[in-house]
Amino acid sequence: MMQIIGDVFLAVGGLFLFLAALGLLRMPDVFNRIQAGTKAATLGALSLILGVAFQHPDWWPKLLILAVFVMITSPVGSSTIARAALMAGIRPWRRVARKEEEG
Amino acid sequence: MTHSTRASSPAPTGTASTTVGLFKLVRRFVLAAGGIFATWMLLAGRLDGQEMMVGGGVSVAIALLSMRHLRMLDDVRLGPLMPLHLVRYFIVFFGALIRANLDVARRVVTPRVRIEPAMVTVHTELRSDLGKLWLANSITLTPGTLTVDVEGQDLIVHWIDASPGTDLTVATREIAARFERPMKEFLR
Repeated sequence: MMQIIGDVFLAVGGLFLFLAALGLLRMPDVFNRIQAGTKAATLGALSLILGVAFQHPDWWPKLLILAVFVMITSPVGSSTIARAALMAGIRPWRRVARKEEEG
Repeated sequence: MTHSTRASSPAPTGTASTTVGLFKLVRRFVLAAGGIFATWMLLAGRLDGQEMMVGGGVSVAIALLSMRHLRMLDDVRLGPLMPLHLVRYFIVFFGALIRANLDVARRVVTPRVRIEPAMVTVHTELRSDLGKLWLANSITLTPGTLTVDVEGQDLIVHWIDASPGTDLTVATREIAARFERPMKEFLR
């Protein structure tokens, strides 16, 4: 039973990681790509960790530390890359209609 | 990520312990030693006497050596209800993280990418570096928002869903407010 629940979480994690990759390809600019990438990759990784925890319950302390590190480092990395992009002069992509409305 | 004010403040010297105050030092020591010990025990993965003795010794030694410089820990608020607020924060956080992922999934798989991104400024009531770091991280992991920069008490946020006609001030306030409510109870 634990094995099956673990498998489900592993599959869900894999799905979210796939969506993160798809988001990277489909979004129009660096900021939106980071958005899609960070969130889906974080939950994907957490889901994988949870899946492993169900299959190997005695590993939970180390898995907990892994999960905490993923949750701390993933958004910090994303924000840093986004900030670097902004400082490098990349303007966020906007819909054309919006620009006309303002201009 | 935060523009730290730490660099401009005077460098910690040998006499810093007298200027910091004993209460703060003890507080830092307890927080640091407790945190290091908890991490040690989690990495050890089992509760046995030997691990606890070595871990305890190492934690106390590191905390004693570093407490003068751990100014960041002064930003943590302690109180009897603190664990409760931490739990409340994590409920809000995981709710937001899961909604963020369904949101991303929906946007990514729809044939025409439906986004309306803009840079918005979100004001926060948290003053400390640790508080702002924590809030910025939370915002990055919630639906449609990505913290790009921090300027004083303002977070610059890339928001994916700023449709024309939305009241930006009210909507952006709510981005931060839902995390701030529980966070204010355990961080400055």
